[in-house]
Amino acid sequence: MDPIVILSAGVATGTVLFFAALGEVFAERSGVLNLGVEGMMLIGAMSAFSVANSLGNPWLGIVVAMIAAGLISQIHAYIVITLQADQVVSGLALTFVGTGISLVLGEGLSKAGTVAQIPALSVPLLSQIPFLGPIFFTNQSVLVYLGYLIAPLAWYYINRTRPGLHLRAVGEYPSAADALGINVFALRYWYVFVGGMLAGLGGATLSLAVSPGWFSELTTNGQGWIAVGLVIFAQWDPIRAALGSYAFGALRRMILDIQGPLTLFGFDNPFYYNSYLGFFLQMIPYAFTVIVLVIGSREAIRKRLGSPAALGVPYIRGERGK
Amino acid sequence: MAESVMKKRAGWRVKLEPRLDVPPAWYPPLVSLGAIVLALFLGGLLISAVGGNPLKSYAHIARASFGNIGVLSDTIVKATPIILTALACSIAFRMKLWNIGAEGQFIMGAWGASAVVLAPIVPAGASRWVFIPVMIIAGVALGAVWGFLPGYLKAKFNVNEIISTLMLNYIAIFWVNYWVFAVWTEGGFQMSPKFPDAAWLPRLADYGKQITAFRGLTTHGGLILGIIAAVVVWFVIYRSRWGYEIRLIGDNPHAAEYAGVNITRNTVYVMALSGALAGLGGMSEVAGVIHRLQTAPIAAGYGFTGIIVAWLAKLNPIVIIFVSVLFGALILAGREIQPSGIPKMIQGIILVCLIASDYLLRYRVRIVKGEEE
Repeated sequence: MDPIVILSAGVATGTVLFFAALGEVFAERSGVLNLGVEGMMLIGAMSAFSVANSLGNPWLGIVVAMIAAGLISQIHAYIVITLQADQVVSGLALTFVGTGISLVLGEGLSKAGTVAQIPALSVPLLSQIPFLGPIFFTNQSVLVYLGYLIAPLAWYYINRTRPGLHLRAVGEYPSAADALGINVFALRYWYVFVGGMLAGLGGATLSLAVSPGWFSELTTNGQGWIAVGLVIFAQWDPIRAALGSYAFGALRRMILDIQGPLTLFGFDNPFYYNSYLGFFLQMIPYAFTVIVLVIGSREAIRKRLGSPAALGVPYIRGERGK
Repeated sequence: MAESVMKKRAGWRVKLEPRLDVPPAWYPPLVSLGAIVLALFLGGLLISAVGGNPLKSYAHIARASFGNIGVLSDTIVKATPIILTALACSIAFRMKLWNIGAEGQFIMGAWGASAVVLAPIVPAGASRWVFIPVMIIAGVALGAVWGFLPGYLKAKFNVNEIISTLMLNYIAIFWVNYWVFAVWTEGGFQMSPKFPDAAWLPRLADYGKQITAFRGLTTHGGLILGIIAAVVVWFVIYRSRWGYEIRLIGDNPHAAEYAGVNITRNTVYVMALSGALAGLGGMSEVAGVIHRLQTAPIAAGYGFTGIIVAWLAKLNPIVIIFVSVLFGALILAGREIQPSGIPKMIQGIILVCLIASDYLLRYRVRIVKGEEE
């Protein structure tokens, strides 16, 4: 129950959620709800592990994972952008397809044992900072540091750059964006692709760094859905998505560690003496996601924040009132 | 509405125009059939890509699920829970409430029905006429609670029901695990003791003495529950005032609001009813097939298959019965197919093709020659 261990592990496992959630932020900011995150993450986790296993190069695994998940996201993009179908059902279908394909192609990978992983390292000076150093900068995977870089960059990109402005315009008011000569369809395809790549990166982070291996559906075990929930909590903001993801990661680690010690706050630790109570601990991340959604929704109502105005609405050129 | 025309200099052009008329009755089923054929073709490509033989796989599925009366009966057993979860999804989807939690509601229904036997709520020596109705009530009630929760959160706090129902699926699994491992375990195994015979739904095989043709057939009373539920849901949706309100909210929430329909209340009611139907499915599965509480065979994904079936049946309760039989076949036969992910993958591809095919219902595709107009 060492808080530094919990927080440091939380940042590592939270990085998985963060990549997936950030991808969904991009897709949803462009107006496309993609519920296929879980499936895309599984595709990413499976292909990264598979490539690292057969070629011995984890970096190549990351690249292949991002491309594979990006490509599979284009099924959803085609169905909802070009064919204008319902985004909820299509996203669900993508999760089914992604899960199914990764199970079929990943058959036998669970016996592969250990593969080359993405290396972990400590940052020379920063790791000396008291408290924060051991949490954020000591013995973390390179991918975790990548997360620190991407979060502020993504925020800057969305809120302060011209392409970011186009992204927001397409998600808020596509017909106006169209009138200004922005290609709504192309941008939406692109950001769904970006979302897919980031979900694939999240999956690869899982299978090559955070909890190495391929355990079929249990590899992600619902984390893709938690990521979708986090996006609502994060109010479509990359920084909030990062902080929320790290907090979530810490929570997941805490419920593991809480079963270890003999006493808890001076009392006998019930979770140590009755290991079955662990099932209730395992419920916590999922219950917490619902609670986080309640908080997020209430805040959204109070501050009059909201989802991107055109989220979930297909853009049809020339149709009135869109 | 602008013309979406793919331009070519000369020769043939593909022209898409929005359908203004209602397509003839035979057209939508034909499109769905085409989508399934396409899905099986794409699935076949993927199967051969991983070194399998698609024709062999499909032939195996057909033989192992419809080959003789015995396996046909097993197919119907697999279809029974899907009928109920698909009905659950269909009524929620009708109102555009995305209840993805039929899986969890099914599991909680199974738990509720099991609690009647294991707690025990009904004493062990009671007759079937006591056990089965109480188990039905408990299963329906627990499923309804598991549907009510996300419905209430949606109505009260505008919490996205997709995420909340999904999260409740996971919670339901841990809940059942706790009871199976810690409370009702049979000698340390991860399952409860077997239910007494009085808590079993009757099976065709039970009447094998009187009617020899029924010998060894596993089809159980849950099928009747499913068919009754389908007819009831059909009447509610198409013939009742409440069903009209549900359809109105689904098609046009603004119009419904102006017409004085209470959307908040209907959200809670419909989610609870949806959960109740899935819960009945869970009851039917433990009382008709498993005869004990055990996590793995209950959390086997019937709730998720129900989503696809509901969509394939265009949310029509009667059509759901027949589509469920097809998916029951896929699941039954798929158990022996390697790699084991194939049935799941094919289900997903079918759903993708179906959604894509809806486009053909909204647009008319014409291939025209030259530069007419």
